Amino acid sequence: MTGNSQIVIDRVSHVYRPPRGREVRALEDVSLEVRGREFVALLGPSGCGKSTLLYLIGGFLPTGTGTIRVDGEPVTRPGSDRGIVFQHFALFPWKTVRANVLYGLEKLGLSRAEREERARSFIDLVGLNGFEDSYPSQLSGGMKQRTAIARTLAIDPQILLMDEPFGALDAQTRSLMQTELLGIWQRSPKTVLFVTHDVQEAVYLAERVVVMSARPGRVKAIVDTNFDRNAPNLFKSKPFVEKVDEIWALVRDEALKAQRSEGH
Amino acid sequence: MKRALVRYSPLLLLALAWEAATRLGFVSTLALPPLSDVLRAWGGLLAGGDLWINGAASLYRAGAGLALSIVVGGALGVAMAWWRPVNVLLGPLVEMFYPMPKSALIPVTALWLGFGDGSKILLIFLGCMLPVTLGAFNGARSSDQALVWSARSMGASRLRTLWDVVVPSALPELLNGIRTALALSFVLLVSSELIAARTGLGYLIGFLGEGGVYDAMFAVVLTVALLGFVADRVYQRLMRRVLQWRE
Repeated sequence: MTGNSQIVIDRVSHVYRPPRGREVRALEDVSLEVRGREFVALLGPSGCGKSTLLYLIGGFLPTGTGTIRVDGEPVTRPGSDRGIVFQHFALFPWKTVRANVLYGLEKLGLSRAEREERARSFIDLVGLNGFEDSYPSQLSGGMKQRTAIARTLAIDPQILLMDEPFGALDAQTRSLMQTELLGIWQRSPKTVLFVTHDVQEAVYLAERVVVMSARPGRVKAIVDTNFDRNAPNLFKSKPFVEKVDEIWALVRDEALKAQRSEGH
Repeated sequence: MKRALVRYSPLLLLALAWEAATRLGFVSTLALPPLSDVLRAWGGLLAGGDLWINGAASLYRAGAGLALSIVVGGALGVAMAWWRPVNVLLGPLVEMFYPMPKSALIPVTALWLGFGDGSKILLIFLGCMLPVTLGAFNGARSSDQALVWSARSMGASRLRTLWDVVVPSALPELLNGIRTALALSFVLLVSSELIAARTGLGYLIGFLGEGGVYDAMFAVVLTVALLGFVADRVYQRLMRRVLQWRE
């Protein structure tokens, strides 16, 4: 499938070397290919390097061993073709909702009117009209994450990197946001890499789930999880439940290993 | 208005006690002239222009020194947080000089630049810089990695994120550092003018004291206290405005 892969990760390893203390092998020999417009979830126990992999694709961390190519070009630095959404929103707290969404647009060379129009339409898209002039500190967690998603979508990246984007939200908000994200993805398909440790979330959202091993992170299994997401009672359907169980079993082994190696 | 009245009523009580203690002879008027005399002398200083001329000289020195310390100190602090080599080079120096009583530099700057404005500006600049530097450094260092990365992924260059993300992140601590510097600037201003100057409010205090004109001397002391208070109040207002997003 090399021909139509948008992201090609080829035998990538990564070692964190903190100024003090022991070095940490975060990733070891990870290879993965992601097609354009595919929705892939990265799943694994905490500390398995799934976020690290996302940061490497984002170009935030230098790739040590191995290569990562996006559209055939090796990743060397961040770029607006790869938008990112973080677990803790990473909104500019000194900017209003509108100014946050406008930030990326200012670097696209659009006219002022176009920028304003685009910001408004994306604030509409995530249902935040009426809150344009609010500061992040005045918003709930869900609203903050909507703002972050609007900000990232507004610059129209081909690839959406999501680092446990709903991990900091309460269960109800999380479920609403999952549905909204799917809706957005179905309307304007993008390549999505979605890091999570929530098995059900991964199976529900993604077309493929990449299960990673405990530290150092390796690809343990890749599971196809293509369901009709609009089906009523999907969560209770037998194939869905079985898929969740199958992946749960894979993840649980790794979580136990991770626990043991941390000396619990 | 009413709240302000209640809030500052202890001040009014103090003024009354001052007047009463001196008028009733509990305190020698040589040690503490009655407040009413001080106020009359204050009117005289205002009318005669002494307060304006010396006040202007002092404010110019404090303002110039403080402005320099904010620009240089702020830039230094952010640079130390952003580029490790700068921190390695300057960190130990900042740590060494931070606790030093800056008034010890009064003779030094007078030796270098004489009795005029230059020596006061240099003194205030040097004395006020480090609190600003430390504020900027601590603020910039604590700026969230995810914010920098977000800006980068939206097309900002590395240098651009310094201005767009690191500086605003540093702002709360930087502004606190500047508040410390503001208070320090008054201390350094008056003490240096007392010792080595021919103009300025500090000089005027010394001059009037030596001449035995104590009511006028007290009037200038009160002026300095008032200026310091007003400056801090105005600054706090400004700070709240700038940081209104924090809520």
